[in-house]
Amino acid sequence: MSKLESKIPEGPLAEKWSKYKASMKLVSPLNKKKLSVIVVGTGIAGAPAAASLAELGYNVKVFCFQDTARRAHSVAAQGGINAAKNYKNDGDSVYRLFYDMIKGGDFRAREANVYRIAEVSNAIIDQFTAQGVPFAREYGGTLANRTFGGVQVSRTFYAQGQTGQQILLGGYSALKRQVALGKVTMYSRRQMLDLVIVDGKARGIITRNLVTGEIEKHSAHAVVLATGGYGTIYYLSTLAVNSNGSAAWQAYKKGAFFGNPSFVQIHPTSIPVLNDYQCKLTLMSESLRNDGRIWVPKEKGDKRDPNTIPDEERDYFLERRYPAFGNLVPRDVASRASKERCDAGYGVGKTGLAVYLDFRDAVKKQGEKTIKGKYGNLFDLYEKITGDIPYKTPMMIYPAGHYTMGGLWVDYNLMTTIPGLFAIGEANFSDHGANRLGASSLMQGAGDGYFILPYTMTNYLADEIATKIPLTDTPEFEEAAKSAKERLDKFLRINGKQTATSFHKRLGHIMWNNCGMSRNEEGLKKALVMIGDLKKEFWSDLKIPGKADELNQELEKASRVADFLELATLMVTDALNRKESCGAHFREESQTEGGEAQRIDSEYSYVAAWEYQGDDKEPKLHKEELKFENVEVKVRSYK
Amino acid sequence: MKIKLNIWKQENPKAKGKFEKFELDGVAEEMSFLEMLDSLNEKLIKEGQIPVAFEHDCREGICGSCGLYINGRPHGPGDEIGTCQLHMRAFKDGDTITIEPWRAKGFPVIRDLIVDRNAFDKIMAAGGFVSIDTGQAAEANSILVSKIAADKAFDAAACIGCGACVAACKNSSAMLFVAAKVSQLALLPQGKIEAKRRALNMIAKMDELGFGSCTNTGACEAECPKGISIDYIAMLNREYLCASFSEAE
Repeated sequence: MSKLESKIPEGPLAEKWSKYKASMKLVSPLNKKKLSVIVVGTGIAGAPAAASLAELGYNVKVFCFQDTARRAHSVAAQGGINAAKNYKNDGDSVYRLFYDMIKGGDFRAREANVYRIAEVSNAIIDQFTAQGVPFAREYGGTLANRTFGGVQVSRTFYAQGQTGQQILLGGYSALKRQVALGKVTMYSRRQMLDLVIVDGKARGIITRNLVTGEIEKHSAHAVVLATGGYGTIYYLSTLAVNSNGSAAWQAYKKGAFFGNPSFVQIHPTSIPVLNDYQCKLTLMSESLRNDGRIWVPKEKGDKRDPNTIPDEERDYFLERRYPAFGNLVPRDVASRASKERCDAGYGVGKTGLAVYLDFRDAVKKQGEKTIKGKYGNLFDLYEKITGDIPYKTPMMIYPAGHYTMGGLWVDYNLMTTIPGLFAIGEANFSDHGANRLGASSLMQGAGDGYFILPYTMTNYLADEIATKIPLTDTPEFEEAAKSAKERLDKFLRINGKQTATSFHKRLGHIMWNNCGMSRNEEGLKKALVMIGDLKKEFWSDLKIPGKADELNQELEKASRVADFLELATLMVTDALNRKESCGAHFREESQTEGGEAQRIDSEYSYVAAWEYQGDDKEPKLHKEELKFENVEVKVRSYK
Repeated sequence: MKIKLNIWKQENPKAKGKFEKFELDGVAEEMSFLEMLDSLNEKLIKEGQIPVAFEHDCREGICGSCGLYINGRPHGPGDEIGTCQLHMRAFKDGDTITIEPWRAKGFPVIRDLIVDRNAFDKIMAAGGFVSIDTGQAAEANSILVSKIAADKAFDAAACIGCGACVAACKNSSAMLFVAAKVSQLALLPQGKIEAKRRALNMIAKMDELGFGSCTNTGACEAECPKGISIDYIAMLNREYLCASFSEAE
């Protein structure tokens, strides 16, 4: 299983997916009824996937750790979802969307996958609209669009600053409909603890019932992980506090390769860290950069009220450095530019780790009412947290950990290196290369779930029609359940002095400082040692109150932090291996004179897929060479 | 600040719960309410005690997980905020804060401040959707929707399913929750076709699950973190009434 086969179909780029679809195997309606699929996660990938598979006739079991599917963290995505509709007549097309994503990802994504997601993007908007998602509209009744970073067309569909919530509820409603029809069985308040493999194929999962503590065994003909990203490894991130990387990590330890684990997007516009008690950072949508201008004072340590600083004493550094894209440069570029100004001593706010995002000019030009219509709820959100009113005072923002482009390695079928185990949405590595463009995550998740997985899953299940519904009283399930239980008991037995949260916080510091927005060999090597030490300390001094057979939130945390401590090592290992800078992965050793990321295509034009070799062993690196046949690989410039 | 806390503790759904008193020193004004509870829990764990169980996730007022009844108000003092958006600057040094779970027949307590809101999922499954399979959708701009209708639908759709409306209501009614979904979909042409069936089925399910009736006190609207108006309840009543006449067997 160690050979990487991306299984990209032959033929011209624009025909690959349609030709492949036409050649895929099918399953008859009667046989579909006999087949079952497990979907873990109910976000913008999982809910659509589960609903769509159930509509086809499969029996679907759905799992989420929240109390209901509607709370998956896609709910917090603000700005929008892209599609190549070209409603604005501004030159957009499937190819243009594809190209923007390939370029935005700094030529580290697979052409065929990216083209396919651009191809299905329009159908996603149609689907959500039909489900009753109240997208923003023009007075004439048509759908409205706005612009997002890294592109020069307006292709982003939105519902105020709550697009994620609205489309997630679309997917969730489709899911609920299938629950009512009896095709989906919903298991909420469950954390996946392990993946079960029988005869080389994924056949089930082990979960913990978070209310009773019971360890449960669930089987199916195939398993889908739609478990999101692992950005909470930084402790402070824009993710929900309980978002975690455990399901993907357990799959990795069972043999699924992990692709580009160090590729993490640091979002440029988050509310800065305000104090030491915080356990999360709140995002301010990228869409704000359409009208907000980012600046710092030209004078170091200028403590004046920002409204009293005249224009000529302000440094609009994005507009200065990147005149073609200005405030709408991609996220990685914007984040690094803010960090550069703050590191050089020009940062604002109490900590000096913030820059201004100013709406003065937009309010003056368009009026407060128009600005309110576009961003009202974001301004309210900002005011609730900081007490400042963005209509009157510039926002203060700073980069924060946000989205993981890395994830489980999948082939063109979205299947991992474990047969029968699929990964969709943020949980896989596939479509964003080294940097994701704004409003593309909802598109990719929903596209995977609605329009790609249902086809590739059927193609896989066509060979499984003779397989009886797997039983859970086999040695494989018993063994996995037993070791999952033993691991939880082990946490409880340590009986040390420090809480799971305190370890998580310390891990977050190590990762943010050494494997965050900027990385270098010395720091990464130091981080490896520090993570190792912290892991030892964790396993000898962790304190978990209560028992395993009850609702125990500390035990949940411990289990996630234990996985993060291992995943951290893999992230750092990957970052060390890739000595080039690309997209969000900035190796200080590899930069241009102007401080931009310098790719080294001759050596690193590949996906790093890591194979688990054992707990204290170095993982094995497999390389999937990236071939660019339809775009010219060039220096990514936004100047 | 030094804060006195009076918190509902209940080990499991069957246990008899009671209020327990805690004191917390060093509370900063800029802390969020949940960060205050985090620090209480960190302290309790270090002292070898069992922490207080409470639900939370996104901590930015959109997932709807958190929901605490604070000093007699769902989501505490302050308008249009979720519990996670409440900050300690709303309290004073020496204050006593009483924290309870949502109290409603439809929301049984699971542990301490965590309740089971599965009933909302059941109400949604009864009709809170448009019956359209993946792939059946027409081109999105083929059906035009007036901006006014879309905006109104959005305002209703902003519901985060937290349950504050139920907790605030003396009848433990889920009318605002149901009204938000029924109105959102009835306002849009895509949802119009099933509007009658939806109103009837969701209301029937709400009644079946033990939620009370609406007596127009407006407490739900006052406590809704998303400011959803009870005008939508009027819209629901209209939908329901029309449906009752036209679809009666």
